[in-house]
Amino acid sequence: MVRLITHNLLACHAKGCNANNFPLQFKDVEIEIREAEFNPDFLRGFLPKIEWKALVDSARQIGDTSLPAEQPEMVDDDFLKSLHHVLLELHIEEGSMTCPNCSHVYPISNGIPNMLLAEHEIA
Amino acid sequence: MASIFEPSLPTPDLSHLTRADYEHVYEPAEDTFLLLDALEKDAQELRQLKPQVCLEIGSGSGCVSSFLGALLPSSSALYLCTDINQHACRCTKATGSQNKVTLEPIIASLASPLQHRLANQIDILVFNPPYVPTTSDEADAAQVTSGISGAWAGGKSGMELTNILLSSVPKLLSPGGRFYLVGVVQNGVEEIRQRMRQAHGLDSEIVLERRAGRERLWVVKFFKAAAPS
Ligand SMILES: C[S@@+](CC[C@H](N)C(=O)[O-])C[C@H]1O[C@@H](n2cnc3c(N)ncnc32)[C@H](O)[C@@H]1O
Ligand SMILES: [Zn+2]
Repeated sequence: MVRLITHNLLACHAKGCNANNFPLQFKDVEIEIREAEFNPDFLRGFLPKIEWKALVDSARQIGDTSLPAEQPEMVDDDFLKSLHHVLLELHIEEGSMTCPNCSHVYPISNGIPNMLLAEHEIA
Repeated sequence: MASIFEPSLPTPDLSHLTRADYEHVYEPAEDTFLLLDALEKDAQELRQLKPQVCLEIGSGSGCVSSFLGALLPSSSALYLCTDINQHACRCTKATGSQNKVTLEPIIASLASPLQHRLANQIDILVFNPPYVPTTSDEADAAQVTSGISGAWAGGKSGMELTNILLSSVPKLLSPGGRFYLVGVVQNGVEEIRQRMRQAHGLDSEIVLERRAGRERLWVVKFFKAAAPS
């Protein structure tokens, strides 16, 4: 399951790729929407762990523009509902993720990202 | 499974997995069940920790993470799983669905692609590693082919892969975070505990030990001190 919550935690780890290696850029994605249980406490707790700009840009890349460019100071229910949908209900089933630095491509198939590197690519 | 603890939580439903799956993926065995019992023994403590980020390395069938997801209040945490074996990741995902826990399998070695973003963020880290002592060549080959032999081939003292992870555990755990590790007597758990205390300041405790056939298994947990409040 590549949801945006997971995507926000993945960085390129190819040999020598240590800067500008995040966020991975989506390409040719197929998306499924699946409802998830709304848990405001979880979202509030998770918010500080999120790289906001990366989340907003990645959501826009896959066609969701519901999040504000700047993280709002007031965390109200409406905002949490949008965040819930973007983080937890969009499932990227197929496609790929490209490193913005070294252009390494990580495929996604059946909702599972393949982040393995060949032996000579391992740091 | 003969357990000394009567589990109040059922073992996850694995009825969707077939013989054909277990040709490629580790079938839950005594080591798996000992880990479930250890997590269940600590259930109170784990709930009190209010974990938000859980990571299981080498999730195989997905049995352990599904159990963890049932142990903790659902929807209150993210359950990340890695395995180098793509069939294992497929089974992990299916076992999550079967047990109504959303697991996030990632085909990856150890925590590699998460290491950067999850520094000091993992509340519960779990690893039932390939712990059987083999030659280094055998362990290396198992890692490269990433098939079923990767489930057990552990190299020298059965510790070659585990040692790589151990050195990054202090960096991965959140303040107050816990790491559960499974092993056998040949791995030398006292030496591991001493090393983690001396080199990284992580205290530990043996949660459970059990003899299963010819294997003498243990589960140890390491703690990172909570942030001063
Ligand atoms: C002993 S099995 C445990 C499976 C499952 N967690 C259980 O308890 O039943 C070890 C698992 O680690 C996986 N593994 C081996 N090397 C790995 C690596 N470098 N990174 C992640 N997983 C790995 C194997 O594919 C296998 O699924
Ligand atoms: Zn890169």
